[in-house]
Amino acid sequence: MRRIARVAASAVASAAQMRQKHIARPSPLPEYESVATENGVSMNLFTAVNSALDVSLARDSKVVTFGEDVAFGGVFRCSVDLRDKHGAHRVFNSPLTEQGIAGFAIGMATVGWKPVAEIQFADYIFPAFDQIVNEAAKLRYRTGGQFDCGGLVFRSPCSAVGHGGLYHSQSVEGYFAHTPGVKVVMPSTPTEAKGLLLAAIEDPDPVLVFEPKILYRTAIEEVNPDYYTLPLGKARTVRAGKDLTMVTYGAQVNVAQLAADELAKDGIDVEIIDLRTIVPWDREAVYQSVKKTGRVIVTHEAPITCGFGAEVVSSLTADCFLHLEAPPTRVCGLDTPFPLHEKLYLPNERKLVEAARDLVKY
Amino acid sequence: MLRRSARWLCVDSTFKKSEAVWNIKFGDRATTHDLDMHRSNSTIPMFSVMDFEGNVVNAAHDPAIPEGECRKIMETMVRHNQTDRILVEAQRQGRISFYMTGFGEEAAVVGSAAGLKSQDYMYMQYREAAALAYRGYTIPQMIAQCMGNVEDPARGRQMPIHYGSPELNVQTISSPLATQIPQAAGAGYAFKLEEADKVCVCYFGDGSASEGDFHAGVNFATTTGAQTMFICRNNGYAISTPTKDQYRGDGIVPRGIAYGMPSVRVDGTDLLAVYRATKELRSVIVGEKQPAMLELMGYRVGHHSTSDDSTRYRGKDEIQYMDDTFNPIARFEKYLVKKGWWSAEETAQIRDETRKVVLSELVRQEKLPLHPPELLFEDTTKEPLPTLKEQRAATLAHYERNKEYYGKH
Repeated sequence: MRRIARVAASAVASAAQMRQKHIARPSPLPEYESVATENGVSMNLFTAVNSALDVSLARDSKVVTFGEDVAFGGVFRCSVDLRDKHGAHRVFNSPLTEQGIAGFAIGMATVGWKPVAEIQFADYIFPAFDQIVNEAAKLRYRTGGQFDCGGLVFRSPCSAVGHGGLYHSQSVEGYFAHTPGVKVVMPSTPTEAKGLLLAAIEDPDPVLVFEPKILYRTAIEEVNPDYYTLPLGKARTVRAGKDLTMVTYGAQVNVAQLAADELAKDGIDVEIIDLRTIVPWDREAVYQSVKKTGRVIVTHEAPITCGFGAEVVSSLTADCFLHLEAPPTRVCGLDTPFPLHEKLYLPNERKLVEAARDLVKY
Repeated sequence: MLRRSARWLCVDSTFKKSEAVWNIKFGDRATTHDLDMHRSNSTIPMFSVMDFEGNVVNAAHDPAIPEGECRKIMETMVRHNQTDRILVEAQRQGRISFYMTGFGEEAAVVGSAAGLKSQDYMYMQYREAAALAYRGYTIPQMIAQCMGNVEDPARGRQMPIHYGSPELNVQTISSPLATQIPQAAGAGYAFKLEEADKVCVCYFGDGSASEGDFHAGVNFATTTGAQTMFICRNNGYAISTPTKDQYRGDGIVPRGIAYGMPSVRVDGTDLLAVYRATKELRSVIVGEKQPAMLELMGYRVGHHSTSDDSTRYRGKDEIQYMDDTFNPIARFEKYLVKKGWWSAEETAQIRDETRKVVLSELVRQEKLPLHPPELLFEDTTKEPLPTLKEQRAATLAHYERNKEYYGKH
């Protein structure tokens, strides 16, 4: 009992830290970003997702959303009130079958609909792996462009939540980044969650949107209540710096900021890049930053071996070789299943700070 | 005794209030005091219209297909059967890499296709090319796909027999089994939302019905009221696996009933029965906005594929017996001859014509080039991603330097 209480307390503490830290945004914003906060209304990440679904259902009669427990509002409240507003035929529960959800969504998309299908936790997307990897990702290619399921979006809560253990914590983006034919997105703020989800719905290819569930209630900012999109494939410079680049995405963006604040006390000036889109990732933004700083840490929650960080490090090693002043470094989850010893497992800010100090001294 | 019954009646009515929660209609008795294991010892019979001699036995269910349509059905079956015979030989000669025949299942496939409307959308497994042929898919189109040459609109990207046609409302076939089943449920649900006079038809085999996607798709279809027709071709084998190793229940049709959809078992070698049942189920699906299931009993006369020698796991005598007894083309021919609408000479003539067309197409298409290597880089996503653009440039430059190494393109 005591142990459970301790874990819960540490989760609350880290959530509180995030609440303080997440709001910082660089100024000025890139031009296409400013619309994301226009006439802003305070939203957290789940209300931003809800707003995206609401706007999308209202403007396009071909959009439907479904999944396990979606009808009553969803276990994370992302679809709350949508059934009343848009009808039981367009916002509905599925039977409890992820392979069914994926296949059903592909079928709807193939005949011209735009299903936004929810997988309750990213940890439970694996029963749908065959449908996503063998079917959705390959449909356009194997038919020579005669058929596609481009209207298709899968949304799924992902990553650590403080006490999720093996099956409520996983970051699965790497599995899908290895699959040609799908795009993969992971927002780190409410404006990103809304703008990227709306872009995913309009995108001509199937898109997987992974939403870090720890941010659902903790990340709060001003969000444009109307329709807007943020471009897929474009990274965001969260913080400008000259000594070292941190490349990351999702909830780990906040951890990188905590580390950068700490490193600033040592006079180490960190630049943070939030990839936002894993596939296709914004190599230009990363390369530009690394060419400037000469040092790079790629950090994500998912296990290190064959994680997406490996792709980033190997690409920039090939393309920025002469600009590197230290080995590109990964600070990632361990190669274990996701444990209840979450704090030690995660690539937390302390680990990032140590790695950054080593790199600067290299 | 009376008091006791009254007390239990009271308990039953208590349970009855829960019917809405459980979504189960108990009828007049929610509970029982008998521990019944519910072992089913009954078998659902096959619906049939004509006997093996082509006589209509059940006049009440004679679909009375008009002569012109009957002729089209017969022509399609004979032509497709003959095409199969020649293309399987072409594979043996190395002219195409792979092939799968539909021997013995012509009536199941063509009969069900004929019982549908042209706007109905089809998902197939791979042994239903005759349905495409019935809709107008041509021999040159089939051969182009099997060869993957420049005339294949799918750009030569899949193995032979993975046909598809947007014009004919037939979704392109893929190899992973049963994946099309939940997809067909989704498409059928879309048609319901569109209030369309359209069903989504989903073919699969008895082996595929063991995949998880069968369970997922069929259950999804009933809970959403999808306008989907599930058609199982139960032909006795999944490659080498006989049905006794595939399931121990009463085949596939009780599963449809268990999930809550009207379900019919049909003699799949009786064209009239297949046609009649398909038509009837179609009107139920569109009228009642719910899916339905058809199990077509048949026999896979041919090998599983050109990579399979089926005599390693079943006797030639079994194949001979099933082919002689249940031959769907011979059976329908007898029906047509009795009607005075057909003659054996016509069958021979179609076979001869088909042979000539297939052979001359093989010769013509063997001279066609394959799609250019540039097309390898199209269609993964709508617009190629930056990484693929770079791979395209590097690979094509490499190709130019090493053309002789790569042979025919």
